[in-house]
Amino acid sequence: MNTHMNLDLDAEAITFRDEVRDWLAAHVPARPLPDVDTEPGDAAHRAWERELAEARLSVVSWPSAYGGRDASPLHWLLFEEEYHAAGAPVRVGQNGLFLLAPTLFAHGTPEQRDRLLPRMARADDVWAQAWSEPDAGSDLAAIRSTATRTDGGWLLSGQKTWSSRATHADRAFGLFRTDPAAGRHRGLTYLMFGLRTAGVTVRPIRQLGGGTGFAEIFLDGVFVPDTDVIGAAGEGWTVAMSTASHERGLSLRSPGRFLATARRLVDLWQRAGSPAELRDRVADAWIAAQAYRLHCFATVSGESRPGSAGSMTKVFWSELDVALHETALDLLGLQGDPDWLDGYLFSLAGPIYAGTNEIQRTVVAERVLGLPR
Amino acid sequence: MRFVLSPEQHQFASALHELLAASDVPGAARCWAAGEHGRGLAIWRDLAGLGVTALAVPEAAGGLGAHAVDLVVACEELGHHALPGPVAESLAAVPTLLAEAGEFPDWLGGLADGSLIATVAAPPDVPFAADADAASLVLLAEAGTLYLGKPGDPQRSLDETRRLFPVLGAEVLGTGPPVSRATSRALGLGTLAGSAQLLGAGRALLEMAVRYAGQRVQFGRRIGQFQAVQHQLADVAIALEFARPLLYAAALSAGGPAADRDTSAARVACAEAAHRATRTALQVHGAIGYTQEYGLDLWITKVRALIPAWGSQSAHRARVLAALTQDGAR
Repeated sequence: MNTHMNLDLDAEAITFRDEVRDWLAAHVPARPLPDVDTEPGDAAHRAWERELAEARLSVVSWPSAYGGRDASPLHWLLFEEEYHAAGAPVRVGQNGLFLLAPTLFAHGTPEQRDRLLPRMARADDVWAQAWSEPDAGSDLAAIRSTATRTDGGWLLSGQKTWSSRATHADRAFGLFRTDPAAGRHRGLTYLMFGLRTAGVTVRPIRQLGGGTGFAEIFLDGVFVPDTDVIGAAGEGWTVAMSTASHERGLSLRSPGRFLATARRLVDLWQRAGSPAELRDRVADAWIAAQAYRLHCFATVSGESRPGSAGSMTKVFWSELDVALHETALDLLGLQGDPDWLDGYLFSLAGPIYAGTNEIQRTVVAERVLGLPR
Repeated sequence: MRFVLSPEQHQFASALHELLAASDVPGAARCWAAGEHGRGLAIWRDLAGLGVTALAVPEAAGGLGAHAVDLVVACEELGHHALPGPVAESLAAVPTLLAEAGEFPDWLGGLADGSLIATVAAPPDVPFAADADAASLVLLAEAGTLYLGKPGDPQRSLDETRRLFPVLGAEVLGTGPPVSRATSRALGLGTLAGSAQLLGAGRALLEMAVRYAGQRVQFGRRIGQFQAVQHQLADVAIALEFARPLLYAAALSAGGPAADRDTSAARVACAEAAHRATRTALQVHGAIGYTQEYGLDLWITKVRALIPAWGSQSAHRARVLAALTQDGAR
């Protein structure tokens, strides 16, 4: 009985990884860019995205026609490992790149892809997500913002909140109720709109960490042409769920980020004199990061899992991220290392966004384990 | 890269599952706990018929010389059924020890064809030999010397199907650096096999708890509809899901430079996941799970007894960090 299982990289993968590694070593800014949610930070991060795009490294998994390299999921994982190991800047366009783009590939028209994707790949357009509303958080189907029919398009009215990147972004995507008579999950439509269009007011929200990573969006008769509807009117829930599974799955939370953090944690522990009382937690954090990485390798190798298995992944990485940073803070004591402090504050949001961990556990229980509803 | 089991490996696991599901393993385990090994040994002979006992024996000695991934697949399934007997010892550690420490063709041949069941003590990590009363070969590997072992009186074990015997060296079989190296490799493979047993046992506990939660009615609802129950079971599923890739990766690196790090990482995660499964499965079952009649106890006690069996969790965590800080980032 011969096993074919292996974790070896072929020559093509190694060549690609080395190219990425060398390019990043030569190009990653020596000093961190300003906070992405400030005016100068936004500009600096867009410039970085253009630099990535010119090296055809901003969207490696996309088709070459849109600026990508047709990279396989494995090559994408390798890219992410290198990107995070190099300490490269946060991706200002991540809402578009990892949430909207997969939706456009799955449900968009060729015209939409041609018009939107190349600009997204260069951060000429930075996208915000506009899912949540004051009364529609975990219960997303409770959305009340409306899109009403008008000549050649739709008029949006209502309020969105917790919209990541909305303060400096150009455009946003989200769900709107187009048929109030239909049931909760029916009558929703997936629409894209400009954040600088007439009738849009964006109010930044100061977050726990002091930054303005998300905002409220007030919409008052905002016109959206028919060409900015994704999928059919009334089919928005189905379209959005395909995006949501991308958000929970591989795309947004790449293993490279956690393994790079785990390695920094091991270094921090060693520099602190390898304190025995924190050894178990440091080891557990590294083990979990390695588990996540290997789990991703199994996923890109085609291990069959139900689509809802992404919910297991989401709980795992978000708890892992908190554990990594909690352990670092305990190692640091009162030393105010800005990277770890900011990372900790950011990690606290993980169990909430992209579907709270309670929602995810319910999905795991009912759809993966088959428990009664 | 291809980080998934092959179809043959899935079939192998299914064949073992079918055999064990039809063998009344719980009944054999109760007898084993009472010191009557006959029914359990009959199951071991059936497993030998499927090649399980030959996996870690080199081909030159009449075994299959299989990859460690195959061993892990088999041991996970034996753990899934809480098979009594010295599983990791006889299937993994002893074949490795004998194959690498000297010339023991007869014993290796006996291990391969299932006529010989063996156990081993290797202090300080493995201070007792499990099931020395059921095994026909008892070894002691200590301080670079391999002995034929003489078991003393067993001490009480949490898992009554797994009695633990102190062992004295009765006759020297070999000594020197090859024995030290062989012992270290044997402990590594034993740890890996024990981790696979833990993962399998954890999976069984989750399956039993999910089944029960889908049937048991209280307050007019099946208890699996309550989120307090659902979320605990989801956490068990998540822990098992993310322990498994560590186990396979450790099997792939067995014998290589990262073997210590990967084996210990897998052991820590498999033990944690299985432990969580025991607590949750018992809690979901309630009082019925606390009875011998129901049988959950066979898995609960085996998991808790296997957790310290190949070194403590803390020792394995320390080994992970020692490897990481020795060779830099990776």
